[in-house]
Amino acid sequence: MSIGAILTKEIKTDVRNPYTLAGSLLFLLSSLFVCYITIKRISAPATWTSLFWIILLFTSFNAVAKSFVNETRERMLYLYTIVSPMDFIVSKMLYNAMVMVTLSIVAVTIFSTLFEITIEDPIAFWFGVILGAAGFAIVLSLLSTIASKAGNNLTLVAILGLPILLPMILVTTAITKNAIDGIDWAVQWKYAFVLVGLNVVCFALSVILFPYLWRE
Amino acid sequence: MRVPVILKILAVIMVLFTITAGLLVDVPRLEILNETIRNLFFHVTSWFGMVFLFLASFVYSIKYLSTGKEKDDILAKVFVQVGMTFGYAGLVTGMLWAKFTWGAFWVPDPKLNGAAIALLAYLAYSILRNSLSDPITRAKVSGVYNIFAFVMMLIFVFILPRMTSSLHPGNGGNPAFSSYDLNNTMRMVFYPAVIGWVLLGLWISEVKFRLELYKKSHE
Repeated sequence: MSIGAILTKEIKTDVRNPYTLAGSLLFLLSSLFVCYITIKRISAPATWTSLFWIILLFTSFNAVAKSFVNETRERMLYLYTIVSPMDFIVSKMLYNAMVMVTLSIVAVTIFSTLFEITIEDPIAFWFGVILGAAGFAIVLSLLSTIASKAGNNLTLVAILGLPILLPMILVTTAITKNAIDGIDWAVQWKYAFVLVGLNVVCFALSVILFPYLWRE
Repeated sequence: MRVPVILKILAVIMVLFTITAGLLVDVPRLEILNETIRNLFFHVTSWFGMVFLFLASFVYSIKYLSTGKEKDDILAKVFVQVGMTFGYAGLVTGMLWAKFTWGAFWVPDPKLNGAAIALLAYLAYSILRNSLSDPITRAKVSGVYNIFAFVMMLIFVFILPRMTSSLHPGNGGNPAFSSYDLNNTMRMVFYPAVIGWVLLGLWISEVKFRLELYKKSHE
């Protein structure tokens, strides 16, 4: 049993029962539309990016926390006997990262249609969006496991996750705002470096710490 | 954990010295700062104390996860609680200082936000502890969160503010206290102040720890 097999299992479960994923997607669409109705027009890139990241943040709480609700106690016990904790958390993080990256692409497409904006540096912009969304998924995978021990409550995921995700939000907001403004890579590389670093640190910490949560 | 008596005596002497000397010594006359420079002995040292206690808590969480002794978990919890008190003290003294030098209690500054977020993360730690009822699960889960939170706090408080400009002394080209021709009189109060507050924090933690053990044995 390896990471690939668990990933396939995750994808198959979601394809057969697409309502959880569709739920997160609808959550995203509704929040985007609420913003459109209440704000109507955004002229400053700073407002655009902050609003975008706030929406994506709350979507990620929703989407990632759901991936642990589906795991029943029986199924966890079964997985416990056949896979190593490292394979389990790595595949969970990869899967959640895939979901979040997909959702972020949808979010950018719709958000930039509703609130028109020209992105001067698309490479830097997508770099920030994709790594940011993946980072949210990585951090929240571990935190959702923690919250699931305390009865799966979404409030707990949010209060545990917000302070920990804030460094990431600051960096992604800066990098995407600069990309919209077309600021040179001479400035951007510093943020890009920190963003990659944060992802690596969170990934490593999750892999190291998860085995302690695995065995109850 | 027992703090040796000699350190407790040292803590009392140094804290008393900090309070009296901190308010009485001659400080450099600087524009805007004026007498608020004395905050160095109280504000900066509070944060030092907080970071030190959170570090202790981090170490005991690692110890708990590797050995599984209940004592280590209680210590991790106690250090966070006492560290939070130091954090609140640092926040209040910092806000008062900011009112008289920057003109507002709170400004949108990376260093300040970092401090507030660190406190939020540790408040979440307390909520997490209280929402788990099984002692072993609680110890493991909160230990994991504590380690994660401490690493992120280090990034937030020490790395991110250095990336952007900040009003706070010691960041973004602003001079730190050490370069305000921190004269030797101030140094002579500052170093004992750091040691005194940290030792006091350890002492309070010890008392709380023993109280927790006592409560446990009488349950």
